[in-house]
Amino acid sequence: MLSQQLVNGLVLGSTYALFALGFTLIFGVLRVINLTYGFYFTIGAFVALTVAREFGANIWVALPVGALSAGVVAVVADWVLLTRLRRAKAGELSSLMVTLGAVLALYSLMAVFIGTDIQRFPFGFVDNTAIEFGSIRISLVQMLIVGTTFVLVAVLFLLLQRTKLGLMIRALAENEDAARLMGINVGLTVAAVSFLSGTLGGAAGVLIGLNFNAIQPFMGEHMMLRGFAVIIIGGLGDIRGALIAGVLLGVLEVLTAGYISSNAKEAVAFTILVLTLWFRPVGLFGRAQAKRA
Amino acid sequence: MDGMTMAEWLDDFLFTYETLIHALGVHGLLALSMYCVMAVGQLSLGQAAFMGIGAYTGALLTLNLGLPFWLVLPLSALAPAVVALVIGGPTLRLSGVYLAISTIALGEVLRVLYINAEWLTGGALGLSGIPRKADLWLIYLLLFLAVLGFWAVGRSKIGRAMEAMREDEAVAGVMGVNLPVYKMGALVVSAMLAGLAGCLTAHSNSFIGPNEFGFEMAVTILSFALLGGIGTPIAPVIGALVLTSLPEILRPLQDFRLVINGLIIVVAVLFLPRGVIPFRLRRAP
Amino acid sequence: MTTLLSASRLTKQFTGLLAVNEVDVEVSAGSVHGIIGPNGAGKTTLFNLISGLLPLTSGTLTLDGRDVTSAPPYQRTRLGVARTFQNIRMFSDMTVVENVMTGMHTRLKSSGVASLLRLPGFRREERAARDKAMELLAFVSLADKARVRSGDLSYGDQRRLEIARALAGDPRLLLLDEPAAGMNPTETRDLGTLLRQVAKRDITLLLVEHNMGFVMDLCDRITVLNFGRKIAEGGPREVRDNPAVIEAYLGTKVAARLAKAHGA
Repeated sequence: MLSQQLVNGLVLGSTYALFALGFTLIFGVLRVINLTYGFYFTIGAFVALTVAREFGANIWVALPVGALSAGVVAVVADWVLLTRLRRAKAGELSSLMVTLGAVLALYSLMAVFIGTDIQRFPFGFVDNTAIEFGSIRISLVQMLIVGTTFVLVAVLFLLLQRTKLGLMIRALAENEDAARLMGINVGLTVAAVSFLSGTLGGAAGVLIGLNFNAIQPFMGEHMMLRGFAVIIIGGLGDIRGALIAGVLLGVLEVLTAGYISSNAKEAVAFTILVLTLWFRPVGLFGRAQAKRA
Repeated sequence: MDGMTMAEWLDDFLFTYETLIHALGVHGLLALSMYCVMAVGQLSLGQAAFMGIGAYTGALLTLNLGLPFWLVLPLSALAPAVVALVIGGPTLRLSGVYLAISTIALGEVLRVLYINAEWLTGGALGLSGIPRKADLWLIYLLLFLAVLGFWAVGRSKIGRAMEAMREDEAVAGVMGVNLPVYKMGALVVSAMLAGLAGCLTAHSNSFIGPNEFGFEMAVTILSFALLGGIGTPIAPVIGALVLTSLPEILRPLQDFRLVINGLIIVVAVLFLPRGVIPFRLRRAP
Repeated sequence: MTTLLSASRLTKQFTGLLAVNEVDVEVSAGSVHGIIGPNGAGKTTLFNLISGLLPLTSGTLTLDGRDVTSAPPYQRTRLGVARTFQNIRMFSDMTVVENVMTGMHTRLKSSGVASLLRLPGFRREERAARDKAMELLAFVSLADKARVRSGDLSYGDQRRLEIARALAGDPRLLLLDEPAAGMNPTETRDLGTLLRQVAKRDITLLLVEHNMGFVMDLCDRITVLNFGRKIAEGGPREVRDNPAVIEAYLGTKVAARLAKAHGA
C-alpha cells in the first residue's frame, strides 16, 4: 500500500517538477515572474489534443509537437509583453502585472472560442496497460511521465552546463549588463530561455493532460498553485530546488490523500508554501535571493 | 417618461438595473481595497480571495447562526484581516513578488477548499437563500465613507509616507517611515474592505459560489485600479464603474469581458502607467 | 568634545569582496567630518551601513552612546540621523514642499484617526509643518519653487532640496554623500556657505566628497579610506601630507617621485 502510494506520489511529483522547472528557469535567468507560463501548459495540451484528433497522431508525435508549439508561443509572448519593460528596466511587479493581464485575456479568449468543457484524448492515444512488480502497479502512462521528465531534465542540465548557449544563459542570469558587454546577444538569449521554458511547460501540459485525461483552457491556471508552491519551496530561480520540491510535494499530496483525506490534499501545497515563507524564505537550499526589503 | 412620475421612473430604473447598481458599489469598494495596497507600492492579488472570505463568513454567520447584520458585517471584515496577517507577516519583509505569488495562491486554494468542504460551504453549488440585507444606501454610504477616508488620510503624513514608499521604498525608510508597519497596515485595511465588499455581495445577490472569488475576479479587481490609476482614491473607483458598466452597455462585449479586463492591464502597464485619471492628491495644506 | 557617532570594526562583505573592512570612525558632536578615498574605497557603502540601508557583516555602531548596530533605518532617523544620496533620490512626483514635509515624518505626532477626522490639532500641526518646510526652503533658497514638481527642478536645486528634506527631520547627524558632485565652482562655493550655516545649527556633518579643495576647506577632521580600509585620519593638513594618502591617490611610483622631489 505504502510503496504503491510512493510510486504514485513520485509520478505526480515528477509532473509538478517538470511544470515548475520552466517557471523557475524564467525567474532565475530573466528575473521575472511570468504568469503567462500557465498558458504554455494549456496550449501544449491543446496542440497535442488537436494533432491527435485531426491527424490521428500518437503520443510520440503529439508530445513534441505540443511542447515545441508552446515554446514558440512563449517566445512571442515574452517578446510582445516584456521587451519594452526590460528595456525601461521596470520593476518586477510591472512585468508580473502585464503577464497576469495577458494570461487572463488568453485563457478567456480560448474559453470564448473553445468553451470550458473538459476534453479528452481520443481512445487508444496511448497504451492503457499497466505492469505489475509484485504488489506495485505502474501504468505505461506513468512510466512515460517519469521517463520524459528524466530525459527533459537531463537535456536541460547538459544544455546549461555543456553548451555555448548554456554559458550565455548563465552569464545573462548573473548580470545582464555584464553579459551584454561580453558581446552576448541578449535578445537571442532571452528568446532561447523563453523557448526552453515554454517547451518544458508545454510538455508538462501534454503529460498532465494525459495523466488526468482532462483538458480545458483554465487547466494551466489551476496548475499554478502547485507551480507557485514548488518554486518558492525550492527557492525562487533554483532549478535543482524546484526538482526536489516538486517530487516532495507530489509524494506529500498522495500520502495526505491516502492517510488523511482527499480534501486535505488540496491544501498541502498552500500550507507548505506559507510555512516556507515564514521559516525558510530562501527555499530548501537557501539559494533564492529573497531580497529583504 | 409619458404618464410616469419621476418617482415611478426611478423605481422602474432601479428595478431593472438593481443588480448592476449593487455591483457598481461593491466593485468600487474592491477597487479601493486594491488602491490601498498599491498605494504603498505593493501588489496583492488576493483581493478576490479576501472578498470571498468575507462573503462566506457573512453568509454562514447569517444562515447558520442567525446573527444580526450589524454584527455580521464587521466580522466579515475581520476574518480576511486575520488571513492577511498570516500571509503578510513573512512576505512583506521580502521583495514584492512574494506577496503577489502567495496571494494568487491563496485565491486558488480557497476556491478548491470551498468546493471540497461541502458540509460547510455547499460545495460547487455554493450557498443560496442568503437574506437580502445589504441595502443600496448602505453600500453607497460605505463606498462614500471609504473614499472620504482615503482622501483625508492621503492628505496627512500617512499619505506622504505612502507615496514616498511607492516612489522609493528605501528612501522612505530613511525619512523615518516604519516600512513593515505601513505595508502590513495597508494590507490589513485592504483585506477588511474586500471582506466588507464580499459580505455585501452575499447579502445582495442572495447567492454565492466558489468560482466568484477566484483568479478571474482577482485580475478584474486589478484592472479597475490600473485603468483608473492610483493618483487619487476616486480614480480606481471610476475605473471600476467603467469596467463594470461597459459590458452592460455594449452587450456584444459581454462574452469578451474578461479578455478586455486582461488587455486593459497589459495596455495600462505598458503605455498608461498612471491610468486614465492621472491627477494626484495634493499632500500639503 | 563628546562622540556622537562611534563605529567600531565596521565590516561589510559582499560576495567575494570586502567593501568595508574593520573601519573605526569616531565623529565628534558639532564637528564637520569628511570621508575621502579613491573610487571604490567603500565610502558610499560606509554611509549605507551608518544609515541602515545595508546590514553590517560585523562590527558595532553607537549613536550618542546608544547601540544602533541592527536598528532599521526608521529608528536611526528617529534618533537623529539624516542623509542625502550621491545620485539624488527625490520623490519626484511630489511637489518641493511635500518632499520637505515627508522628511518631517518622525516629528509629526498626529494619529491616523486625527487625520481621518481632520481634527483641529491635526490641522494645526499640518499648517505648522508647512510653515517649517517653507522656512527650510527659504534657508536653501528654494522658497519660490515650493509648489513645483520636484522632478522638474534643475540639478543644483534638487541637491539643495535634498538637504532641506534631510534637515526637516531635525537631525543631529547629517550624512552628505558627495554633495558637490556635478556642481560648477560657483555652485560649490554656495554649497560650502550653506553647509557652514547648517553646522552652526548644531548639526554634526559627515560627508563623503571627491572635491579635495571643498573637503579641506570645510572639514575639521578627515578619514581616508582605500580598498575598504582606513589608511589615515586627522586634520586636513595632517591628512594632506600623509604619504599613505598620497600613495593611495597617485599610486606608488608618483608618490615616491614626489617624496624625492620634496627631499623627504
